[in-house]
Amino acid sequence: MSALFLFFAIASCLGAVLVVISQSVVRMAFWLVVSLGSVAALFFLADADFVGAAQLLIYVGGTLVLLVFGVMLTASGPYMKIETSPGETAIAGVVGSLFLFMVISSTPSGSAQLTLDEDGHTVVKRTGDWEAIHDAVKPATSTPDDGSFDDKSDGNTLRPIGWALLGLRPDRVDITRETEAGKKKEAADPASGPTAAPGYLLPFEIASVHLLVVLIGAAYLARAKRRSDEAS
Amino acid sequence: MSILAAEVIPGFLTDYLGIQDSSVLSILTAVAHAALLFGVFSLCPFFFIWLERKGSGRIQDRLGPTRVGGKFGWLQSLADGIKLIQKEDLCPPAADALLFRMAPYIVCVASFAAFIVLPFSSSWVAISADCGLFIMLAILSLEVFGIIMAGYSSGSKWSLFGGMREAAQMVSYEIPLAICALIPIVAAGSLNLGEIGDMQYGTSFGILPNWFLFHDPFTFVAFFVYFVVATASCKRAPFDLAEAESELVGGFHTEYSGMRWSFFFMGEYASMFAVCGVASILFLGGWHTGLPGLDTALMEMRRSGAGGLTVESYMANVFGMGVFLSKAAFLVFVQIWVRWTLPRLRIDQVMVTCLKYLVPISCALFLGAVVWPLLFIMSGNGTGITDPVGVRASEIFMESNADGDEGSSGDFSDASTSDSDSTMTVGLATGEVRK
Amino acid sequence: MATLNAYLLVGAVLFVCGVICMATKRNGIGVLMGVELVLNGANVNFVAFSKFTSLGLDGQVFSLFIIVLAAAEAAVALAIALNFYNNHLTIDVDRGNKLKG
Repeated sequence: MSALFLFFAIASCLGAVLVVISQSVVRMAFWLVVSLGSVAALFFLADADFVGAAQLLIYVGGTLVLLVFGVMLTASGPYMKIETSPGETAIAGVVGSLFLFMVISSTPSGSAQLTLDEDGHTVVKRTGDWEAIHDAVKPATSTPDDGSFDDKSDGNTLRPIGWALLGLRPDRVDITRETEAGKKKEAADPASGPTAAPGYLLPFEIASVHLLVVLIGAAYLARAKRRSDEAS
Repeated sequence: MSILAAEVIPGFLTDYLGIQDSSVLSILTAVAHAALLFGVFSLCPFFFIWLERKGSGRIQDRLGPTRVGGKFGWLQSLADGIKLIQKEDLCPPAADALLFRMAPYIVCVASFAAFIVLPFSSSWVAISADCGLFIMLAILSLEVFGIIMAGYSSGSKWSLFGGMREAAQMVSYEIPLAICALIPIVAAGSLNLGEIGDMQYGTSFGILPNWFLFHDPFTFVAFFVYFVVATASCKRAPFDLAEAESELVGGFHTEYSGMRWSFFFMGEYASMFAVCGVASILFLGGWHTGLPGLDTALMEMRRSGAGGLTVESYMANVFGMGVFLSKAAFLVFVQIWVRWTLPRLRIDQVMVTCLKYLVPISCALFLGAVVWPLLFIMSGNGTGITDPVGVRASEIFMESNADGDEGSSGDFSDASTSDSDSTMTVGLATGEVRK
Repeated sequence: MATLNAYLLVGAVLFVCGVICMATKRNGIGVLMGVELVLNGANVNFVAFSKFTSLGLDGQVFSLFIIVLAAAEAAVALAIALNFYNNHLTIDVDRGNKLKG
């Protein structure tokens, strides 16, 4: 597991760096495929099957094909290169490494104090190490990860995500119940269960309308027109 | 003894070889799966290329290959392969060398990786993912990228035109492909290809096989639309505009030679098999024969192996794999048949076929497939084959809350065993046997 | 090895590479690729928090929305790039200086 993670993590970072370095736009697209495909593999490793598959289908199979298609439509010569000047590259490298250093150094480390308030919600006293929070929140619900792959339980998030998009949150209900000390596995009360956490029905609908608007808008923007030189 | 069973391979390794370490076990299981799938992946082109040459010969009133490997020339693919290995690996000076060399690998790896989630028989699948069909479509869509790369990086006009046509064609044809694949999903209520296959056990109304092809009129039409779109998405004739020999010399593979050229065709034949395998699982009952007596007997044999590996369940699964492979191979044969019978379309006709006809047809079919079960529920007739498994989601949601198990909250077999009047239930019960 | 901080590091590298790509590329489509990298850096973080903290499913749902919106953004931006090419006969974004006066 960790070897696979290391491989795909390095592949995605290397791909991203090569996207920046490459000058030919189709090579950039190729390295972007390497990078985004490795990110999809990282999603699979992080038990997010559906997100990983969506990343492959929408990003790599859809968006990037569209981008390369755009490259072909807008190329004014073979292997079009629009070079970045060396000075700009040097400045970008320095600024980029400083920026990376800043982002990394802002990653929290330390410890966290976790308590439960009277409603059973978890309260983080000090925002410290995320993994300490993880250990404090989920000691009972999460199974120990022994490094092996079990396709019956790992990464099957399809149905919970589907329910979440329809406005039901089974996972939230369970977390709230499990953290109530000693009162878990009580008899099901359907009236109180699904109302515990809101789902994503409205954002889902908004996203679908948004996509329709984008579909029409993109078709309108990209419609065939006479070129400016022919008009003048 | 070759074992192609997801649950059987780890069991075999633990019981017979005494491997207990979980990380070693998972690595060995992965290697075993990959080796078996690679066998299937490399034998597919081997067989289908021979079939194509033989079939095209018969259609054109020729004999086809007759000499290599005996009377029927069945070693012709091997001879072709040896010839291709010996050819020089050319890279034209105008080409972008890195992309030119990488493109065939992308095509080959993408179509190989699609086999990871394709089940070959009940529970014989490398990874039984909940969103198996979605992963499969996603991985198959990567193949396009390699072809566009090849077209662009060859530094040749023919290749560039081929690559552009492929990009335009694939971006369009992915939409009806996904919508048509969703139509049986509406009836099944699951994206797990193994579960979908298991559901189609037995017969409905005593005569028809309980396949999603005969589930309702919309799935029946959807099968044919899916097949047309799948043919186009494998860039097979009459939709092979990316490699149109008569106008583009060879399209995207004009500049390729030797093994790199053959990688494109290994990928093409393997993805033909993959889309036809998906078609036979989604519509044609997968590994079920559709004959009531035979299916029941096979189910009994499978059930005997519920605890572990028995000879009966193993043989039943081998037979199921044979049924599945013959269905998929028949569909591939139909694709070959179509290729040598119909003339090639023009590129504008290809786009019009997709955007003006196939997309609206598939959208209408999808709408019909969603409305169809609702009509039956409203008329108070909501049991039996028209009952979509998916509508039970809300009940299961409640039940899984009652059990308090968040992990297996998507388990349909628990909830649906209670109503025994549904024809689906029999199929779902087999899902329980597999555990 | 596969800890939360390792995922966050990958996300940070993708994000920074994307920002540099957006800032330095003069090819309009290259700028678009930088945007995709930035959004993917965010996605990695969301999925990692979803796995390692009590964020649960929310992280995965968020990253799905990001993927969908990124696809929409790419479609519109590509249409704009095509329009730009139709008007300027190049995709070099430095040439889009007609408003300079």
